[in-house]
Amino acid sequence: MGIDRQSLAAEFLNMLPPDCVIFREEELIPFECDGLSAYRKVPLIVLLPYTTEQVERVLKHCHEKQIPVVARGAGTGLSGGALPHEQGVLLSLARLNKIIEINQDNRLACVQPGVRNLAVSEAAKPYGLYYAPDPSSQIACSIGGNVAENAGGVHCLKYGLTLHNVLQVTLITIDGERLTIGSNGLDAPGLDLLTLITGSEGMLGLVVEVVVKLLPIPERQQVALAAFDDVEIAGKAVAEIIAKGILPAGLEMMDNLSLRAAEDFVHAGYPTDAAAILLCEVDGSEDEVSEEIMRVRQILLDSGAREVRTAEDETERMRFWAGRKNAFPAVGRLAPDYYCMDGTIPRNQLGKVLTMIGEMSEKYGLPCANVFHAGDGNLHPLILYDANNEGELEKAEEFGGEILELCVAVGGTITGEHGVGIEKINQMCAQFPDPELETFHAVKAVFDPQNLLNPGKAIPTLARCAEFGAMHVHAGKLRFPELERF
Amino acid sequence: MSGDQDQSSQLQANIKDAIAEGSSLRLMGSGSKDFYGRDLGQHRILDLSGNRGIVSYEPTELVITARGGTPLDEIEAALEANGQMLPFEPPHFDGKGTIGGAIAAGLSGPRRPWGGSPRDLLLGIKLLDGQGRIMNFGGQVMKNVAGYDISRLMAGAMGTLGILLEVSIKVLPKPAEEHTLIIDRDPLSATRLIGKMIAESQPVTASYSLADKQAIRLACNHQRLAAIRQKYGLQESTESAGFWQQLRDHKHDFFQQPKTLWRLSLKPTTPLELTESCLQEWSGGLRWFYSERPATEIRTLVERQGGHAVQFRNGDRNGDIFHPLHPRILGIQQGLKAVFDPHGLFNPGRHYSDY
Repeated sequence: MGIDRQSLAAEFLNMLPPDCVIFREEELIPFECDGLSAYRKVPLIVLLPYTTEQVERVLKHCHEKQIPVVARGAGTGLSGGALPHEQGVLLSLARLNKIIEINQDNRLACVQPGVRNLAVSEAAKPYGLYYAPDPSSQIACSIGGNVAENAGGVHCLKYGLTLHNVLQVTLITIDGERLTIGSNGLDAPGLDLLTLITGSEGMLGLVVEVVVKLLPIPERQQVALAAFDDVEIAGKAVAEIIAKGILPAGLEMMDNLSLRAAEDFVHAGYPTDAAAILLCEVDGSEDEVSEEIMRVRQILLDSGAREVRTAEDETERMRFWAGRKNAFPAVGRLAPDYYCMDGTIPRNQLGKVLTMIGEMSEKYGLPCANVFHAGDGNLHPLILYDANNEGELEKAEEFGGEILELCVAVGGTITGEHGVGIEKINQMCAQFPDPELETFHAVKAVFDPQNLLNPGKAIPTLARCAEFGAMHVHAGKLRFPELERF
Repeated sequence: MSGDQDQSSQLQANIKDAIAEGSSLRLMGSGSKDFYGRDLGQHRILDLSGNRGIVSYEPTELVITARGGTPLDEIEAALEANGQMLPFEPPHFDGKGTIGGAIAAGLSGPRRPWGGSPRDLLLGIKLLDGQGRIMNFGGQVMKNVAGYDISRLMAGAMGTLGILLEVSIKVLPKPAEEHTLIIDRDPLSATRLIGKMIAESQPVTASYSLADKQAIRLACNHQRLAAIRQKYGLQESTESAGFWQQLRDHKHDFFQQPKTLWRLSLKPTTPLELTESCLQEWSGGLRWFYSERPATEIRTLVERQGGHAVQFRNGDRNGDIFHPLHPRILGIQQGLKAVFDPHGLFNPGRHYSDY
């Protein structure tokens, strides 16, 4: 049964200022997708509240009327987590964008969910502090979205994910109750609900305020750029750095296709004939950094790097990173469309996985560039395709699905930091057996028994998995039968 | 190691028996944290210490996977041999403790603000739930956002949601050297100085303050230590690494009193009007003191400052040991208990009287 758009708009106009309610078809179109534009749906209505009280009111009403609610932050998500529901409300939290407090002594910031990731660090800078998680979209993405996805970035190995940098959230439940989860200290009483909320993709409640940890800005950062003739040797160099007791602030790898694209795009100074490059950043005091960067340099050379360069100055350091941070748009220039994957693998499987991705690329006839958070095993294969060519999107999706199933088969996971959303919902069936999926559904039901918050995302139904399994076990054979199962 | 055993099937059978009999279970590893939490009353003990052994450890992956009953000593020795450590520095009360117990209790040592907590470092689990199902959540990789983070929910759950058959934990390189400096000032200015050193990115890995004695642990070489000493006007301590271990394990003199010991968790700079003398760690974020005052009085005081209080040792163990919860949050926790342990088998009442 459909809900009437006009009458719903009238109901919300009774409780919100007129500019908070968007319901004209042409004005709804910009909200039809998030950063994953291959999936689009026009929501029944878009609401843009200014205050927490308005969010409470909206949720109470939706709960009463049994209307699905999809929350949206900056809309930069890459897994379709904020894909609207055609019979539901798209609730944008973009206007809750105030930095409430920067607490210098306790190194905390209290912010609203619509505050951009980078804006937190900018506001903290005068106090010598910064917010560590730095997803590549940090210029645009918002903290609320970061919490919903448990966003990562290039500094996770040393400084952790969003989860490790959030101390407290204010959550509005589906029936409009306001709860404080976590504390301003380093632990909180009871079960650690913050672990469930972080990364829950807007399925358990809506976050309207976040207290994050701030860190002192390191005295110095220095980056080494190493070029390799062989991707596998680059992978072994990563293991060697870790084995020598070094914990780099950032450790990133790019393969030839992605580093060439980045070089063309931002002129980062990358050696375009290398099979792969590694960027290894260390931070700390002047002396520590000087000593450590020399050790890193030696380890890289000993591990078979063809060439190792350290940034001459801050400008060059920023340029080295600009190439990496712009890798996605840079690769995006190589083809009309690209499809970004987000599997995580044990680092020692990198060589095998890249070889197999290369084989798949030939099989599907689609090029694939690889960008790798080498420090924490998070791999971003970027599949190039042209949606205007009949059937190519489907081919890219199947290629991507096969990569994710490979990640699971080698002991990894289908998503390291982008979330499941709608995009990877089928691959969840490859990663989790029925009891685990049933448990996820039961956990959701504790928070949202009527399944109104972001319904249909992140956790597949068992029926969907049964259907997906039937499609994917070709002629009774599992994919990658040669691999040991984890 | 000899004695390594995977007792998953046996424990699974124990759970199915308990369901059939309608009995409840008191989960126990080495028993080192038996004093912690609410009084359980009489329940059959389910010994988890036999399910032990390191399952996999790849130093370059920075991950160790071990069965829940594996002694902390055994894990730490394996890590030490590769220059690594458990970053949350778990306490070994009575010199004992298992990795499963360390995660379930969720307690960390002096390194906590810089190294993380059990929930921060936990990457994945093999769980035996209250329906006798064996399930895997999380994994052995650093980044994993597939599904809700069920594994981390187990950290600090006091064994009320299930049995941790296996845990995978992120490990870190152990600092090559650590040194202790003494700060000889009044408590308030010492706290300020510690805060200043952290803000100035000094390599602090632990802090201690009791009355007029304060100490700070730094991970650096002698050269840097000398520079820090000079900059802040501090003296090197004659205390060895053993001091921090005693603090971690509550072997320190302060912890030997037979009175009611309270543990407060707060924002580090929170001023508290306490007449009792406080031992502080975590640059003020963790405070210990003895008091026979009514619990509600202490809790009101701490709650006003956004923190919480645990009645850690001694005193009445039948009341609230952990800080009382907002009714809706308690309801959510009861709901989660029903998901993982619908028959109420595991540690009934140990966390809160309601589940």
